[in-house]
Amino acid sequence: MINTNKIYQWSRTNLFSNWYNCVISLIIIYAFIALIPQLFNWLFFDATFKGSSSKECYGDGACWIFITVWFEKFIYGLYPDNQIWRINLAFLILIFSVITSIFVKAKLRRNIIIFLIFIFPFIAIWLIGGFAIDIESLEIYIPILEEVDTRVWGGLSLTFIMAIFAMLFCFPLGIFLALGRRSSLPVIRYSSIGFIEFWRGVPLITVLFMASVMFPMFLPADTYVDKLFRCIIGITLFEAAYMAEVIRGGLQALPRGQYDAAKSLGMGYWQMNSMVILPQALKIVIPGIANTFIALFKDTPLILVVGLLEFLGMINLAKTNPEWLGFAAEGYVFAAAVYWVFCYSMSRYSQNLEERFSTERK
Amino acid sequence: MSETIIELKGVNKWFGDFQVLKNVDLTVGLKQKIVVCGPSGSGKSTLIRCINRLEEHQEGQIFVDGIELTKATKDIEKIRAEVGMVFQQFNLFPHLSIVDNCTLAPIWVKKMPKKKAEELALQQLDQVHISDQARKFPGQLSGGQQQRAAIARALCMKPKIMLFDEPTSALDPEMIKEVLDVMVELAKGGMTMIVVTHEMGFAKEVADQMIFMDEGMIVEKAPTKEFFANPKSDRTKLFLSQIL
Repeated sequence: MINTNKIYQWSRTNLFSNWYNCVISLIIIYAFIALIPQLFNWLFFDATFKGSSSKECYGDGACWIFITVWFEKFIYGLYPDNQIWRINLAFLILIFSVITSIFVKAKLRRNIIIFLIFIFPFIAIWLIGGFAIDIESLEIYIPILEEVDTRVWGGLSLTFIMAIFAMLFCFPLGIFLALGRRSSLPVIRYSSIGFIEFWRGVPLITVLFMASVMFPMFLPADTYVDKLFRCIIGITLFEAAYMAEVIRGGLQALPRGQYDAAKSLGMGYWQMNSMVILPQALKIVIPGIANTFIALFKDTPLILVVGLLEFLGMINLAKTNPEWLGFAAEGYVFAAAVYWVFCYSMSRYSQNLEERFSTERK
Repeated sequence: MSETIIELKGVNKWFGDFQVLKNVDLTVGLKQKIVVCGPSGSGKSTLIRCINRLEEHQEGQIFVDGIELTKATKDIEKIRAEVGMVFQQFNLFPHLSIVDNCTLAPIWVKKMPKKKAEELALQQLDQVHISDQARKFPGQLSGGQQQRAAIARALCMKPKIMLFDEPTSALDPEMIKEVLDVMVELAKGGMTMIVVTHEMGFAKEVADQMIFMDEGMIVEKAPTKEFFANPKSDRTKLFLSQIL
C-alpha cells in the first residue's frame, strides 16, 4: 500500500522527527480528540434546531431556536415589519448592481461604479429612512415613503449601512489627507498632520460619545443632526485618519523617479497624482486598506454606547429578554460566524484585487 | 551659431550647505548636440535637471525657449512638455502598458484624442524598434527595451529639446548599443540634445560640443574634435586618460 506508506513517511518527517516533536504532536492530537467531538456535539449533534420557544430546548447542545426566533430582529433591528421590504429593496439594488458590474464591459462597469458611489447611497438612505422630501417652491414631486426614525434602525442592516457609508467617505478623505500631509504648502501640511494626529489619538468610544452628547451642544438651538448620522460622520473621520496613514505608506514606497518622470512630461500636480502616483501607491497598500476596512466593520458594534443597536447590539438585547436568558453563547457564536464570513470575504476580495492589478513578470 | 534655445547665466545651486553648481554659464543653440561628462558628484545631473526645473536653482538665470524659469513661472508645465527627459532608471510607469505609458501625457497634457495619441505612440515605438512590445508592461521588458520605450514616451510629446541623464549607466553592456543607436538616429534627425554620459564613442560620433564638469563648475567647453585632441586643463586630461 503506497498510500499508508506515504502517510507514515509524512508523519515521520513532519510530526515525529525527534522526541520533543513527538511529545508536542501527541499533546495536540490528544487535545483535538478531547475537544472536537464535544464542540461538534454542542454545535450540531445535541443541538436543537426546530421550535419556536426556549422551552423546546433540552439536552446539553446549543439552542439554535434562539437564533431562528430572533433572526428577523438580528437582521432588521426594530424596523417596522410592514416596511422591511424597503431595506430588502435597497440591498437588492446594491447586490444586483455589484453582480452586473462583474459581467459587463469596462465602460458600463464604470457607469455602475459611479452610480454606486454617487447616487445609490442617497437612494438607499431615502428608501430606508423615507425622509419626507417636500419642496413645493421647486415643484419637485418625490413620492413620499413613511418616515422611519433612525432610532429603530438596527441589526445587520444597520451594520452594513454604517460600514458602507463610512468606507465610502473615509477612503477619499484618507487620500486627500495623505496627499495633504506631503504637500509643500505649510498650511495644508500642518492642518493635515493636525487632523490625522487628533483623530488617531482619541479612542473611538470617545468620538462616539462626543458625536452623540457634546456635538449638539455646539450647534444652534434649532438645528438638529440625526444621532446616527453624527456617529457615521465620527466613524468616518476616525477611520479616515488611519486610512491616510496607510495610503501615505504607499506614497512613500514610490521611488522619486516616478514623480520626476511625470513632471518631466508636463503633468500637473493633480494629473501626476491621479494617474501616476496614486494608482501605484494604492496598489501597494491594498492589504493595509483591507485591514482598515475590516477593522472599521468590526468597530461598528461600538455605537452600542450611544444606544444604537446594530447586529451585535441586537444580540445583546435579545439575550437579556426574560424568556431567553442564558443563551448568550449561541448568540455570540452566531455573531462570530457572521462577522467572520464578511471579514473573510473582504480579505479574499482584497487578495483577488492584488492579483488582478499585478503587472509583474509572471 | 543658430538660434539660442537654452541659456544659463551665472547659475548657482546649493543642497543645504553644499554647493552643487558654481557660476554655470551655458548657451545651447537649436539642433545642437551637447555631451556633458565628468566624475560622479560633479553636478552634471543637477545641471540638466535644472533645465526642466526638476531642481530649482537659487541664483542666476535660466531661459528655456525664451522663458525664464523662476519660482513664479506658472507655465512650468508647458516648458516641461517641450523638454523631454530620459532617466538613468528609465522611470517608466509600471502600472501602465508600454503604449499607455506613451499616450498618457499626450492625452492628458496635450488633450490629444485617444486614437491619435495611440497612432503617434505606435509610430514612435516603431522608431525605437519595439512596436511589437507595445501591449506589454514595463516589468516584462529588458532594460534596453525599457530605456528605448522611455525615449519613445518622451518623443510622443514632440519636444523641442531632449535631455538624457546617463541613459545607459543602468544597462547591461550588451544592451548599451541598442539604446545608443536609437539616440544616434534621433541626433541625425535634428533634435536638440543635452546628454550626460560616459560613452565617449557616442560623444565623438554625435556631439557638436563637449562639456567637462568637476566640482560644480564647467571646467572645459570645446567643440568635440578639439576637446578630445587637445584638452586644455589638466583635470580634463586626467579624466580623459582614465576613461578612454
